[in-house]
Amino acid sequence: MSYVLEVESLTKTFGGFTAVDSISFKMRRGEILGLMGPNGAGKTTTLHMLLDLTTATSGSVKLFGLEYKNNREEILSRINFSSSYISLPSGLTVIENLTVMARVYGIRGRKRRRELIDGLMERLEVTELAKRSTRGLSSGQLTRVCLVKALLNSPDLLFLDEPTASLDPDIADKTRRLLRSIREQRKVSILYSSHNMAEMEELCDRIIFMNKGRIVAVGTAKEILASYNGTSLEEVFLKITRETVV
Amino acid sequence: MNIYRVLGFSTRYLYLFKRSLPRLMEIFYWPVIDLLLWGFVGIYLNKHQGATPDIIGFFLGALILWDILFRSQQGISISFLEDIWSRNLLNIFTSPISQTEYITTLLFMSVIKLILASTVMVLLALLFYAFNIFTFGLALIPLAANLIIMGWSIGIITTAVILRYGQQAEVLAWGIAFLFQPVSAVFYPVDVLPPFLRVVAWCVPASHVFEGMRTVLNGAPLPLGQVLIAALLNIVYITVAILFFKWNFKMVKKKGLLARNGE
Ligand SMILES: Nc1ncnc2c1ncn2[C@@H]1O[C@H](COP(=O)(O)OP(=O)(O)OP(=O)(O)O)[C@@H](O)[C@H]1O
Ligand SMILES: [Mg+2]
Repeated sequence: MSYVLEVESLTKTFGGFTAVDSISFKMRRGEILGLMGPNGAGKTTTLHMLLDLTTATSGSVKLFGLEYKNNREEILSRINFSSSYISLPSGLTVIENLTVMARVYGIRGRKRRRELIDGLMERLEVTELAKRSTRGLSSGQLTRVCLVKALLNSPDLLFLDEPTASLDPDIADKTRRLLRSIREQRKVSILYSSHNMAEMEELCDRIIFMNKGRIVAVGTAKEILASYNGTSLEEVFLKITRETVV
Repeated sequence: MNIYRVLGFSTRYLYLFKRSLPRLMEIFYWPVIDLLLWGFVGIYLNKHQGATPDIIGFFLGALILWDILFRSQQGISISFLEDIWSRNLLNIFTSPISQTEYITTLLFMSVIKLILASTVMVLLALLFYAFNIFTFGLALIPLAANLIIMGWSIGIITTAVILRYGQQAEVLAWGIAFLFQPVSAVFYPVDVLPPFLRVVAWCVPASHVFEGMRTVLNGAPLPLGQVLIAALLNIVYITVAILFFKWNFKMVKKKGLLARNGE
């Protein structure tokens, strides 16, 4: 069995503070894995280490069996990332921004780029925004445009940091469906963080529950509910976070 | 290095020009103001002193060449700031673009902006003051090249510092080149400086360039020695600048600051 992602004893300390504390997990092809945990649990820090934006203090990360050290370009061309905290240059229109990123990801030929972008824009329902500057977009619109960006290179592995945080229920639902359908079609693996428990339960094959930098529970939503004697993820969430705080 | 990626990413900055009047102004505004101001000062001095031959030439030559250095630095720093301002760094560094390709894109943009601004200045100087920069002939090439590379070194170092210290360091992008102006012998020879500053000035590639420029304007051939010293200094400085950027980038990744930029 080969894994798309293997994380081994990954640790990050900032000064004397340990933000991520020796976490290990593996991800299979086509799996949707959820990162859950309270504010400051270390989810974003973990994602950033997996993307090589932040250097780990210790531990190892392998994507497609490769390490960043000698395979940076290959790895980065097979993954993508979006977050509710990033943006796209506001002096450019949506379509210009997407064209730039498509070129960066090596999509050649004007016509091919155009078809690819048009198709994705349609799926995320942002076609009408094509000629608008990214400056004027609402946060939900921007989130969707950034998701288009994240799908430009047909990634094998997608990292999403709170992708549905600013979406209205209708669009959030459509986004979940989209994520599921690209998983079905292309066997994309998705690792994403969210504070939306219902969404986690609905979308994820497995959930990793982090608290204070540690993994405190892993498994399907059902397994986690069972092991904490809870009826909902929300209840388990409160149990775990309040228990360890007090 | 993947040239296709560099060119592709450059379009991100080129699109900006298409639409943004202020950005086009930024390229042309100061060169034109400087040129008018110093051109007229030169005319005035010529009338009243008459003794120094072609003082307008000295001023305008110095101005145009200084602007090459300044633009070359700005081209890098401002393009980089555009990415910070628009929280674009995470898009860039999670894409296959390498540090080297990113810097190369910034250098490429600086050359484009430089060509635009210099063309305007050269034409205006010719039109208003009948000053033809091409009287320098082939000497112009090594002189300008040295200034461009010195501008790159300053620009890359500025970029590295902003990456590390965030927006509080932004002011460097606008002002740092002028820190070198007094010791670059732009408008006066190195001789007029006090001895200790003379030592500093000889370590600055630009002062060799401007000494060379005055020699040529006085009708002598280009002093190759000066050009060579400037080139050697430049090689040292640009190497240091690139190493400094790489080291700094490593520190930024270690401290987890890449994501915090733009905040
Ligand atoms: N660059 C940094 N320097 C110092 N401390 C940091 C840095 N980045 C994160 N931290 C700290 O590490 C801890 C984990 O932060 P992180 O952003 O990973 O949490 P999170 O799980 O994503 O939280 P949220 O749900 O609020 O997004 C926090 O205490 C945070 O203050
Ligand atoms: Mg977070």
